[in-house]
Amino acid sequence: MHIEVRGLNKKFGDFQAVADVDFEIEKGQLIGLLGPSGGGKTSILRMLAGLETVDDGDIVFHGKRVNDLPPQERGIGFVFQNYALFKHMTVAENIAFGLEVKKWSKQKIKERVAELVDLTGLSGFEKRYPHQLSGGQRQRVAFARALAPEPQLLLLDEPFAAIDAKIRHELRSWLREMIDRLGITSIFVTHDQDEAIEVADQIMIINKGRLEQKGTPWEIYKNPESPFVASFIGESTIIEDVSALRGFGGSGELPGTKALIRPEYVEIGKEHDFELLSATETGRVRHIHFRGSEWLVEVQIGAAKLVTYRSLEKEILQPGDEVRVLIHRAYLFNDTNSWVMENKLKEDPMPVHI
Amino acid sequence: MSSMLQGRWWSWGFRSTVMLYFIVLIIFPIIGIYGQSFSSGWAAFADNITEPLAWKAVLLTVKLALIATVINMFIGTMSAWVLIRYRFPGRRLLNSLVDLPFALPTAVAGLMILLLLGPRSSVGGLAEKLGFTILFHQPAIVIAMVFVTFPFVIRAVQPLLEEMDSSEEEAAYTLGATKAATFWKVILPSMLPGILSGAMLAFSRGLAEFGAVVLVAGNIPGKTLIASVYIFGEIESDNAIGATAVSVLLLTFSFLILWTVNYVQMRRKNG
Amino acid sequence: MRRLWIGLTVAVFSVLLIIPVIRIAMGAFDEGWGGFARGLARPETLHALYMTGLIVVIVTIVNTLFGVMLSLYLVRATWLGNKVKQLLNSIVDLPFAVSPVIGGLMIVLLLGPETALGALFNKAGIDIVYALPGMIIATLFVTFPLVVREVMPVLQEIGSAQEEAAATLGASAWTTFWRVTWPSIRWCVVYGVVLTVARAMGEFGAVLVVSGNILFKTQTATTLVYQDVENFNLTAANSIALVLAAGSVTLLLLMEWAKSRREVH
Repeated sequence: MHIEVRGLNKKFGDFQAVADVDFEIEKGQLIGLLGPSGGGKTSILRMLAGLETVDDGDIVFHGKRVNDLPPQERGIGFVFQNYALFKHMTVAENIAFGLEVKKWSKQKIKERVAELVDLTGLSGFEKRYPHQLSGGQRQRVAFARALAPEPQLLLLDEPFAAIDAKIRHELRSWLREMIDRLGITSIFVTHDQDEAIEVADQIMIINKGRLEQKGTPWEIYKNPESPFVASFIGESTIIEDVSALRGFGGSGELPGTKALIRPEYVEIGKEHDFELLSATETGRVRHIHFRGSEWLVEVQIGAAKLVTYRSLEKEILQPGDEVRVLIHRAYLFNDTNSWVMENKLKEDPMPVHI
Repeated sequence: MSSMLQGRWWSWGFRSTVMLYFIVLIIFPIIGIYGQSFSSGWAAFADNITEPLAWKAVLLTVKLALIATVINMFIGTMSAWVLIRYRFPGRRLLNSLVDLPFALPTAVAGLMILLLLGPRSSVGGLAEKLGFTILFHQPAIVIAMVFVTFPFVIRAVQPLLEEMDSSEEEAAYTLGATKAATFWKVILPSMLPGILSGAMLAFSRGLAEFGAVVLVAGNIPGKTLIASVYIFGEIESDNAIGATAVSVLLLTFSFLILWTVNYVQMRRKNG
Repeated sequence: MRRLWIGLTVAVFSVLLIIPVIRIAMGAFDEGWGGFARGLARPETLHALYMTGLIVVIVTIVNTLFGVMLSLYLVRATWLGNKVKQLLNSIVDLPFAVSPVIGGLMIVLLLGPETALGALFNKAGIDIVYALPGMIIATLFVTFPLVVREVMPVLQEIGSAQEEAAATLGASAWTTFWRVTWPSIRWCVVYGVVLTVARAMGEFGAVLVVSGNILFKTQTATTLVYQDVENFNLTAANSIALVLAAGSVTLLLLMEWAKSRREVH
């Protein structure tokens, strides 16, 4: 289903939950609504489902305005945060509910339920009640129940929030695969960036009720359009005084320009590790942390403290060691503008304006 | 579309009916009685209120209900404690019996007390020998009130005891507190909200009690005539203003208690 | 210590609850089976029991329906502001705080023969006060909060997610209620109904005031007990009381059963 949202607004009392949100979603895409808790993601999802009224703006499915349609008539499937399984019904009854309501024939219901049970790997659990299932199984039931009536749009509200970290990973790829196979347009809400990056075709970053940026995970990572997006996606350190960093000074920025530097923008090593020593600074290792697959190194450069990763294959650094630090690029921003800037001494002397 | 409109019409009809029922059944009568009591002006209201027998009846009710409430706070807390903390044969039976006063018609309760304490009964006879009578005197009223309000404190304390984490108690022991100190400083404070809200409800029910009391009180004006029986007497003798005046006094008092309980419970939930 | 507390509690229960019930039973059979049967077989007893039964049935049905619907509205309705809901919520409890005698008085004052409304109904040929309708209204008033107070907390606890899920699956409000909401609240409704039956059966003060206690017309079982006691006809009073007490004990058992079912679900 093709979805278009224009000028969407929602207030709860004095609280502006959603403000002027516009977006368009192509058929068959899997969209992640990502943002901090309480930022309005769930409100948007619930308005799409018709569970919340729209204060202002239009929701258009397939070219048809659906603002005034009740949830029953929107042709959507909704997976709730805590699944909201009907606890007095078995797995099979839960899945069949939407079909019975639509007055499908008994035979067809039976076939469809069997198909979904098979698809979601719940064979053998049809007669169980929700309280007899594990979190991951409940999630699958909720998914099967939402899919049973063949909705045009699948909405998932924090689908993995209540699941153990270990199984969560497994379920994510399962869900991705499932949605690919069915080709159904899907939108899911999450506050976990790894989840969004891993699963979604496109991410929409929502903060304080506003849509900050929409794009593929790579686009958003590479070219964040606002300081919020830059700091929300990935890890980063903020440097108050950019000009102090070699390769970034004297580019005529307005006073008050700050730099956001990701660990992966920073490279450290001994002098012989670098070809262009002039682009590097001298720093001192403050702490090192073993992170399982790499070292996390904190280095001090003048007044600034930076964080970076270092491969386990390389020579092990010790706190107090003097190292050379190369900052490949930085994300600069001030009150009015934001842009990505490459290290001028490294190669490209021209900053890239966005 | 037409089915949707019809659905809306239906739900609108349902809403209005339910709200109307609610307002007519509960709110109208209460407004009515307040309106009626002032309908003949302040002077008439004041006259009826200052009637010494009316005053005495109200004061007596408050006094006896207070005594009954205090008794219930003690035996209620004890019973709740025993029923939750100890396992003994017959515990389940006792636990179901707690609600008996709610299930039993109050007139039957009155009759039971009448039979048990009457001069012909062994208890009544014994008291008589000791030189005092229970029936048709104030103790009988207190007993009747204790009986009908018995479940309140128990039912309010039980859930608190049940959800109380035993680790709190254990923490107190590991910190060197004796059993007695643990009880007074850890267990009692966590039961207290339940004891108090149960006591408030019991008190308000005690003030309102009629059926159980009217049979055992003797209803001697100024001595054993409590407010609700006084009101009944006024109605029987067609003095509607007198009845409403005392009613308004008693009602206002009960409402204050009820809202205090609600307020306290809300604070607890939100706090 | 432990023994002392258990002993004391058992003693309190025995003196306060168990012995009195036994005493009623003994009182009813004071004059043997004959006395008991005579007390019950009197025409006024039969009529009074019939009146009580009639009131219980009507009141229970009406208040269960309205109680469940009001609970749904007070918990779920979006068309009521939060302030309004809170206000209504605190008003629901008012009948608990009203002395039954005052409850009866209110109805007499509003609908009695001397009032405008009462006169209106009288002209239409309907007596309200000193007749069945008044007694039903009085009992409705007294028992109104019972179902609401049982159902509301459960509705709050189960939340609206399951109902929303049903809506997104295409279920109408009606289907959602019967297939999703009702199975979760039914045992609480049953518990509330049992409480309502108990209270309606035992209501005395309000009914006494409203009914005028007219023999063969508006006398109920409880007001007949009262009248028999006043007339020193203790055996008859005991017989009826025993029947009522038996009813109460049955209700108590039902309560226990409903409670245990409620905890399972």
